[in-house]
Amino acid sequence: MMHRLISDVILRYSGSSGHNELDDAAELHIEGNSIAFSTDTFVVKPVFFPGGDIGSLAVSGTVNDILMKGARPAFLSLSLVLEEGFPLEDLERILESIRQTSAKANVEIVTGDTKVVGRGEADSIFINTAGIGTILPGVHVSGSNARPGDAVIVSGTVGRHGIAVMSERGGLNLKGGISSDAAPLNEAVLPLLDRFKGAVHTLRDPTRGGAATTLNEIARSSDVGITVEESAIPVDEADNAVCELLGFEPLYLPCEGRFLAFVEPSTAGEIIKFLREESGCREAAIIGEVTKTAAGVVQMRTLSGGSRILDMPSGELLPRIC
Amino acid sequence: MNGNILKKLREPELIRRLCDRLSKLDVPEKVKIMEVCGTHTMAIHRMGLPPLLPPHIRLLSGPGCPVCVTPGSYLDTAFEMAGEYGITLVTFGDMMRVPGSKDTLSLLRSRGYAVEVVYSPMAALELALENPGRDFVFLAVGFETTAPAVAATVIAARRKNAGNFSILCSHKLVIPALEVLVDDPEAAVDGFMLPGHVSAVLGSEPYRFIPDKYSRACVITGFEPYDIVHGIFMLLAQIESGEFSVEIQYSRGVRPQGNERARECMFEVFTPVDTVWRGFGTIPGSGLAVADDFAGFDAGVRYPVKTEPFPEPEGCRCGEVLRGIIEPPDCPLFEAVCAPGNPVGPCMVSSEGTCAAFYRYSRSFDTR
Amino acid sequence: MKITELVPPDMAVVEADGISMEISLALVEDVSVGDYVIVHTGFALEALDIGEAEKTLEMLRDISKSDE
Repeated sequence: MMHRLISDVILRYSGSSGHNELDDAAELHIEGNSIAFSTDTFVVKPVFFPGGDIGSLAVSGTVNDILMKGARPAFLSLSLVLEEGFPLEDLERILESIRQTSAKANVEIVTGDTKVVGRGEADSIFINTAGIGTILPGVHVSGSNARPGDAVIVSGTVGRHGIAVMSERGGLNLKGGISSDAAPLNEAVLPLLDRFKGAVHTLRDPTRGGAATTLNEIARSSDVGITVEESAIPVDEADNAVCELLGFEPLYLPCEGRFLAFVEPSTAGEIIKFLREESGCREAAIIGEVTKTAAGVVQMRTLSGGSRILDMPSGELLPRIC
Repeated sequence: MNGNILKKLREPELIRRLCDRLSKLDVPEKVKIMEVCGTHTMAIHRMGLPPLLPPHIRLLSGPGCPVCVTPGSYLDTAFEMAGEYGITLVTFGDMMRVPGSKDTLSLLRSRGYAVEVVYSPMAALELALENPGRDFVFLAVGFETTAPAVAATVIAARRKNAGNFSILCSHKLVIPALEVLVDDPEAAVDGFMLPGHVSAVLGSEPYRFIPDKYSRACVITGFEPYDIVHGIFMLLAQIESGEFSVEIQYSRGVRPQGNERARECMFEVFTPVDTVWRGFGTIPGSGLAVADDFAGFDAGVRYPVKTEPFPEPEGCRCGEVLRGIIEPPDCPLFEAVCAPGNPVGPCMVSSEGTCAAFYRYSRSFDTR
Repeated sequence: MKITELVPPDMAVVEADGISMEISLALVEDVSVGDYVIVHTGFALEALDIGEAEKTLEMLRDISKSDE
């Protein structure tokens, strides 16, 4: 429903300067400079979750969107909407988290805004961040750039963030190795692009709807088919256990510190080695490939040797997960 | 050490070899197997089994999806209660998108009604205990796997004097539906893959009429991929030999006598009643209602409302799908009009519904 | 899931693959720490018989052997 809201309604009202590729960030050209520009609003509930909080998420989310456009994030804006009565110590904790995450991401927050609304007029705290960065020379990554034969790579285990947030809901009181993966990806992505440049055709971080949704979006944007191997997809054991309990699938739960890369097949092996050994992405893996046939469809070969379609999720995605 | 056995059972190499054996089986004549339970339908599709089945085996889905068979009027009743009495509705997640005649719980929530999702009925009780100023109604849906848990929760609610907690009961019993199914000449299946967790409660005895009176194969099956393949092998063996019985594949979880304590709990709080199944109409003795003793926890009694009769959607053939008479692509609405994003009937609404599972995992697609 | 702790009167802590949660034992009898149970909607539904699981594993290994 969100997809239709955006494509059927919202896009009609936005300017038509060709920036409607529906990538995470817009690619702009201003006086000869190629710039990536992105914005996101964060409404996650609960505000504090295992492995992070709305602050670390707000910085990582926008920083990663800029990175997914092949750009080096430089500056962020930070806007807060606070519900009257939101505890000061919680706010300070979130601001400290924002400070630390920005330092890790090597970005500066240069402008912002804060509003306070009456009790009940906003739930706790909402945060918007917008960011800009310069696109690296020789790099052109886009969701519509994936080509038949490309290797599909994931930078680490999937579903962590979604599981961390869901585990706090529904009265289950789950304890254990659950932790959001929310983190800025600059230390992995920038060296990757620097080294492999044009061999990287597409980058996308699988947030809302998880890796399965992102794969479907790219299949449609690039008009290609994608096949993945279930056995190759890295999932944390504890996350699998939670998914089984709650009836979810890790492939459909958001990640906030992972990226999918579609790369020139001849470079795939080298890229995996690079990610695992030099970029801290120890579970990076080749999970599939792009095909010419069955354009727009994502299929998965299952553990049992069978196959199924990995469809777009239908209906309500989990509310307030980012 | 014990947990190792469960891990070994799940090894990918084992399931791959089992599926390979299955796919190479020579099945001489057409065989129709019905998996009764929605969880089996989902598991079968998620493991990617349909493309692996040898040509003569057909798997049909049955009515064991509680969300699918819950009448739309149940939701209308819940919405009326929320509107008229200002109660908070508490529900399992898979009920959120089921359409009543006008609304879904999800839409209601977005309009400011109080709707909470929980994974356990006990969590619903806890919400009530933590919020004494509000009234909570738990939407009690599900078969004999879930009904004992809800019953235990109601017993706990009485013990803790949770005067602001009640349930709107729409629990259903599997056996009466099976009696209707197996008696239906149109729904001629050769064997039944019986639900593992319902059977953990019921045991194997209550299913005896199926092989004894109707000469069909029965295997109580677990939900892991290896369970499902094992169950299919056992069903085929019965069908081939012509010797029918109720076998327990899921022997690690199901005893022939079932779980008596769970049954006692269930029948302390609930009594069997006639009830409507979406797609089947009324089946005698097939549902549960709150017993008089616990009337204080029956939302239907505490918050009376009037609801209109629920109109079945036009052209919808869910009834035939639920009885295994047709498959999803045989319904003219399938895919063209009725899809997970825009479900018409119950088989598409629930994520465990036959049509939803087929659409999401197995539908054919054009190569462009 | 495996029972790691009993919480009287009728709850227990169960664990699997590094995650743990509290569930009700209201529907089962005679379970102890170290036993495995089937968990459904926050309740233990039945004890898992590991001996039977071993038998299942044996049977499956037999079935999966190719007869080439």
